[in-house]
Amino acid sequence: MPGSAVAQNNCCAIWSRAELPRVSTPFASSPNAGLRISFSDIEKRFGMRMALRGVSLEIAAGECVALVGHNGSGKTTLLKIAAQLSRPSRGEITFYSGMTALEADVVKRRIGMVAHHTLVYDELTAEENLVFFAKLFGLPDPVARARQSLEPVGLARRSADLVRTFSRGMRQRLAIARALLASPELLLLDEPAAGLDPEGQLWLGTTLAQLHSSGCTILMSTHGRNETQASVTRAIRLEGGIVTHDSGPCGDPYGVMALAAVREAVEGDGR
Amino acid sequence: MSLGHATVAILAKELKTEFRSRELLGTTIVFVLIVLVLFSFTFDPTSSESRRFGPGLLWLAFLFAGSLMLQPSFLREQTNDTLAALRLAPIDPFSILAGKMAANFLFLLLVELILLPVFAVLYNIAIVPVLAPLVLVLALGTIGLATTGTVFSAVAAQARLRELLLPLLLLPVLAPVLIASTEATSGILRDPSDLSPVWLTFLAAFDIIFLTAAWLFGEYLLEE
Amino acid sequence: MGSDSQSRTPSGAVISLSSVVVVFLLLAAGSYGALIKAPTEATMGLIQRIFYFHVSSAWTGFIAFFLVFIGSIAYLRTRSLKWDWLSVASAEVGVAFFTVVLVTGPIWAKPVWGIWWTWDARLTSSFLLWVLFVSYLLLRTLVDEPERRAVVAAVFGIFATMDIPLVYFSIWWFRTQHPQPVMGKGGSLDPTMWWVLILCWCATLGVMTLLIRVRYRLEGLRAEVDALRLEASRNAR
Repeated sequence: MPGSAVAQNNCCAIWSRAELPRVSTPFASSPNAGLRISFSDIEKRFGMRMALRGVSLEIAAGECVALVGHNGSGKTTLLKIAAQLSRPSRGEITFYSGMTALEADVVKRRIGMVAHHTLVYDELTAEENLVFFAKLFGLPDPVARARQSLEPVGLARRSADLVRTFSRGMRQRLAIARALLASPELLLLDEPAAGLDPEGQLWLGTTLAQLHSSGCTILMSTHGRNETQASVTRAIRLEGGIVTHDSGPCGDPYGVMALAAVREAVEGDGR
Repeated sequence: MSLGHATVAILAKELKTEFRSRELLGTTIVFVLIVLVLFSFTFDPTSSESRRFGPGLLWLAFLFAGSLMLQPSFLREQTNDTLAALRLAPIDPFSILAGKMAANFLFLLLVELILLPVFAVLYNIAIVPVLAPLVLVLALGTIGLATTGTVFSAVAAQARLRELLLPLLLLPVLAPVLIASTEATSGILRDPSDLSPVWLTFLAAFDIIFLTAAWLFGEYLLEE
Repeated sequence: MGSDSQSRTPSGAVISLSSVVVVFLLLAAGSYGALIKAPTEATMGLIQRIFYFHVSSAWTGFIAFFLVFIGSIAYLRTRSLKWDWLSVASAEVGVAFFTVVLVTGPIWAKPVWGIWWTWDARLTSSFLLWVLFVSYLLLRTLVDEPERRAVVAAVFGIFATMDIPLVYFSIWWFRTQHPQPVMGKGGSLDPTMWWVLILCWCATLGVMTLLIRVRYRLEGLRAEVDALRLEASRNAR
């Protein structure tokens, strides 16, 4: 299965590389293949509200999965559970590298996440933020690593400025740089294109394509049509905490995404 | 990453953030000054009266300062959900608490050391000859304050009325610290100065007990 | 659905009539002992008879608070909400018993000492303890999501109960260092008085058990209602 997922990278052939802005490629260096995730019957309750009602999914290494659905359909909750930020009320999640199941604390090292919030400190500079997180991830030479990561996101010139002074789009770029800092094998993205201008979206699309082709597993929630969907190999639609459509690893993800987009447009967002 | 390294990294981050703005330190110092001035109206601040009431009001002021100053400790992390960023890192969750405890301890101790001379001047109490034992008591009392305060800051951050809640949770639990440090301080300030080993041991015991409790149970507070 | 099995169990197990009868008999015997059988105290007179319920309520309150400690630790270890129900039930009952202590104390003090309240070591620590657990209950009302509430309350409950001995030691040392009026303590209790006290304690312990069980069941039923609502909303989809 992992092989087939990588092969499907061609589905974004419509995106001509020549049109993309100049992009350096420091991230495309996952040492191993991506992680494989197995969600089994995940349920999550918040008091009276049921965010997930029994989600079972197998996501193979190297897949690029788009989660689509209304606001409140459970996309964010599923991503948080995958990131081990939130413990499921019921069910289990297991991570595999190759055929071996990984321990919880080993997994954290291999996951990068872009969440709804930026997850960076406004009171620190861009570089200080990345140095701090590089230290927490135990990366060798955190300062060099931080500088190196600011280059491709286009923040090298502003690295010594406080994040507070950044625009929405720049914060989002920094959030993405933070997620990619430790060369993750599983990338979790919650609406990564939010706040990015068209150029930024294009940049993100290219970055994701590179990560995808390097074998990183990507699980992201997306909303509306944007450039990040170019590398998507599989789309899963969540509705009220249940998987209602799954294109599967070999199906047509764009069909599912289009259907979801139509439904959202017709029914209005957020019910 | 080891507990020690992560704790130090988080401590450094807290110090850098605070010393950049100095918002908390400034606010707390002004607050304690106001309390010290207001207390002077509640009794006749002659030297002998001050010796009697001084230590108690000093520690009460520090306790109030703590319940004010420790609030943002976890609330700050909610702005951009940076607590999630800390939890995404492959570190021992206790290091998040430990780093913040250490930072809060240093902040509070700094505030106390700045205000101690002011207190001595305002209330006409000689502290220079007894500075060493006084700092020891300050340190021991402040460890207890910072430990429980940091944990309860994480508790209060998850509830409604969070700004109101911390003093309510913190002050009754800290009653033993108030008693012990007040008693130890009055012992030191008494005319033949004597440092009570009973109260020192008690403060140390309080610190150890609650540090252990925070280590055993604190990390549950960081979940979502 | 299987998921609800955890919250479905409290049905059945209503308090049995026999246990109510036993507790009632204990209370009656205790009251008889305290009010009639025990000898009248020489200096304090009749008012001293409040002592039997005052002291036994305090002891029972301690046990209830200790149950909060047990429930809190067990919840954090097992994540079974039942332990949280035990904690909240015990905390409420403990606060109720300490309210009895704080009310009967001044009633006893006024005729004997001539004042309603004195900052005596026992009084002060009981008052502080009561405040501590009132803030525990307050905290619970300020967190909505049951699992979050259980975790947050458990940590605070553990800290609060660990604080009890420290509060007692510190206040006791504090008060013994400061001269204060001697409050008719000391002297040994008459053996009959001891027996009556133990009997009263058994009675209050019985009341505590009944109350905790009722409160625990109530909490369980609430959870069951929530689970049913949840299921109804799930089926409605």
